[in-house]
Amino acid sequence: MSSLQMPKVDNSIMSKKDKIALDLRGIINSKNVLSNPNELRPFETDGLTAYRKMPLLVVMPETVEEVSQILKYCNENKIKVVPRGAGTGLSGGSMPLEDCVLIAMGKFNKIIEIDYENRCVVTQPCVTNLAITHAVQDKGFYYAPDPSSQIACSIGGNVAENSGGVHSLKYGATTNNLLGIEVVLMDGTITRFGGKAMDAEGYDFLGLMTGSEGLLGVITEVTVKILKSPEVVKAALVGFPSIEDAGNCVAQIIAEGCIPAGMEIMDKALTKATNDYSKAGYPTDAEAMMIIEFDGTEHEVEAYIQKAKDIAEKNNSSSLKISKSNEERLKFWAGRKAAFPACGVLAPDYMCMDGSIPRGKLAEVLNEISRLSKKYNLPVANAFHAGDGNLHPLIMFDANDKNSLRKCEEFGADILKYCVKVGGALTGEHGVGIEKRELMCEAFNDKDIQQQLTIKVALDPNSLLNPGKVYPILRKCAEEGRVHVHGGKTKFPDIPRF
Amino acid sequence: MSMEEKQNSQISLDFNQNIYKPTSREEIVEIVKNCYKKNIPLEINGLKSKNKIGRNFQSEKTLDLSDFKGIIDYKPEELYIKVKAGTPLREIIVELNKNNQQLAFEPNDFGYLFSGESNSGSIGGVVSCNFAGSRRFKVGSVRDHILGFQGVNGKGETIKSGGTVVKNVTGYDLSKLISGSFGTLTILTELSIKVLPKPETSKTLVIKNPHLKKAIDFLGKALSSSTDPSGGVFYPDYFGKNFVLNDLTHEGGLTAIRIEGPINSVDQRLNRLSKELSLLDQEISILDNEQSNIFWNRTKNLEVFKSLKSNLLRVVLPISETLQVIQKLKNYEIKYFIDWGGSLIWASFDQLNTKILSEIKDIVKKHQGYVTLIKVEEDLKASADIFTIDPIKYKISEKIKRSFDPKRIFNPGKMYTGI
Repeated sequence: MSSLQMPKVDNSIMSKKDKIALDLRGIINSKNVLSNPNELRPFETDGLTAYRKMPLLVVMPETVEEVSQILKYCNENKIKVVPRGAGTGLSGGSMPLEDCVLIAMGKFNKIIEIDYENRCVVTQPCVTNLAITHAVQDKGFYYAPDPSSQIACSIGGNVAENSGGVHSLKYGATTNNLLGIEVVLMDGTITRFGGKAMDAEGYDFLGLMTGSEGLLGVITEVTVKILKSPEVVKAALVGFPSIEDAGNCVAQIIAEGCIPAGMEIMDKALTKATNDYSKAGYPTDAEAMMIIEFDGTEHEVEAYIQKAKDIAEKNNSSSLKISKSNEERLKFWAGRKAAFPACGVLAPDYMCMDGSIPRGKLAEVLNEISRLSKKYNLPVANAFHAGDGNLHPLIMFDANDKNSLRKCEEFGADILKYCVKVGGALTGEHGVGIEKRELMCEAFNDKDIQQQLTIKVALDPNSLLNPGKVYPILRKCAEEGRVHVHGGKTKFPDIPRF
Repeated sequence: MSMEEKQNSQISLDFNQNIYKPTSREEIVEIVKNCYKKNIPLEINGLKSKNKIGRNFQSEKTLDLSDFKGIIDYKPEELYIKVKAGTPLREIIVELNKNNQQLAFEPNDFGYLFSGESNSGSIGGVVSCNFAGSRRFKVGSVRDHILGFQGVNGKGETIKSGGTVVKNVTGYDLSKLISGSFGTLTILTELSIKVLPKPETSKTLVIKNPHLKKAIDFLGKALSSSTDPSGGVFYPDYFGKNFVLNDLTHEGGLTAIRIEGPINSVDQRLNRLSKELSLLDQEISILDNEQSNIFWNRTKNLEVFKSLKSNLLRVVLPISETLQVIQKLKNYEIKYFIDWGGSLIWASFDQLNTKILSEIKDIVKKHQGYVTLIKVEEDLKASADIFTIDPIKYKISEKIKRSFDPKRIFNPGKMYTGI
């Protein structure tokens, strides 16, 4: 795991640490420049805890002008910069480099404006995703994308990663809910893309920046659209005798014109594990269990739930429950949301994968995962955002056994390669970061990657902003690490992951 | 020799012709490689429904993609369709209709405006212009529905981004960047587009109301309600007569709000919406499914401007600014209508020259919006900026342009001088 190659350390920068710290203290409030190892320690990793590196320095700017001056200084002095929001990312996008200045955006933590007339919120980037909804919910509004870590992840980080959530089939990911950003480029240029209007003219730099994983600019302000909360939300809990039946049910629900707000499938192993863990009342004899949720007005939700029920029955559903109250609906979800901790009980360690596949390939991919599970002799449990084709296999292993860890990594890489093979993607919502960097050539050829790299060079000619992330350093497809959890403990055990 | 090179070596193209009409990607690659080598600028066209939008520019050759068409793969249950870029939008819609699906972004048909009859153009053109229709505020723009693409960059290299799955965060999202780039970055070859089920029914609440201020108020309240509208327009008095429909006896100014979904739910929401807006029965008409579709098609087709010779501008604003901007624009002789629930103004001017245009641009800019020149006289087109850009974004755009098309051979100058 520790063999991951990062950009070559610039020893001349390392040797000038004190001078750089002094210079930076001249730019921003000196107490916001951290250089003591004890102060730097909390920043050595993000949500991908398998990888750690102490940064050279940490700066905590308070204004966009400070961000601009820091970047300008680093650009002129060829110092690498790694931006960081809440540090909850699962692909290592904020992992420091030894010779980098880490820009911690934590002080950008205020909502600037709530504008109901234009139905948007203007906020600083380190406000949490959930805080936006909390700020507008008394007026019956909410912010739609809901990554599972929404209690802690920052909206700026959501923009950088183009975060999704369980409702992205109906409501889209961050990119579809974003109106504008203020961003600072590596040369210190401050600019705005988009704003409160629905579209901006010219090249869609807002779209380009979203999901660029901190490689193209540092986000200093975000404008998101807010939606009126749905009047009614209902869910159905359905058991199926086979994965194929569940998969067919998903396809038919969509073919019938119903777009659920969320549609989740768990396999038998995970259903049992989560039910034991959370007592959610799941059908543990079913080979696959599905939660289908609809939201909207009363008649609309009733019509869709009825349709979904008919389709489920036609597809041999072995059990079916429809939520009679909001409490019951939340209980349906409680087990699903406890999927990760439940796996932590089953094995000393597990690795969470994040691949995207065509919905119709679910049975095929799960069969392949099951074959690989036998081949590698490691148990696996599967959670699937069936609505949008995002698969999260949880591979169980024992990190104390080096052979087990190596097998787990190979197993994970094989799954992602298979996702790409059936027409899917390497990552649906966690980002590439350092975690899937070396697998990029499974999805793209040299020309595709070169085109992306020329864009990077156009905006950051010296490749100083978050280097070593997303794009492979060596052109090889090595098997690298995934989200690694030991003894059920992630770095932030209180943040939901699902 | 790679497979692609082998195929390319078998293509024999006549490079002396002025219009290239390729039928395969391999031919496109050969054409671009040749143009790259010889510095030959190319004008890129699909079905020419929107080719008059944008600046005039010098090009030696034309790349006509109208024969590069066809549906590659359509998976209704996976909610996507993969097509060649020159495929007529009409053909895609016919195919989607078979499965009761649609392109939810309902792009404008500019054929009526430019040629007096329908021409919804090619899908490549739709994506390159990124002009979305009335559902914009609910479902997003064209760019929000592009799952992935394949294209040929300015060096003749085939590149791709995205894929066919809806959730994909692998690498930069170039699908966004090529949407609305007016063919200046890459020649699109294949597009994978998200499709959605058609709503079971669509009905429209039409409020008889000639007053702009009231209309904006109605639209704002409707869009902020839980009735989930999917369209909101205002037509002033002079356009009311264009909407003679059985269910619509009224001929004056009107505000129309569309509600879509299962039948029961649509009726329930319409009812609630008229109550929330405190409307009396005599003030409203309800358009049933068929007439509702006719109404919104006419809006999408900009039919009220069908006989307009020139001077049509498209103005996008935050909703809160629309009223003030229109009041200021009324100092000129204008005819307009409002779409996107208040955020988009289509305005024609009796008179338009460089001075007036620059005044209008100033007004709109002050209100955080932008103006695009859609149809203007040739002399104005030659002297005015069609698109507006600030110096910082110009600099970035120049760099991005160069990263795709280093010798500026794709539609050079169509968007901005030097890009």
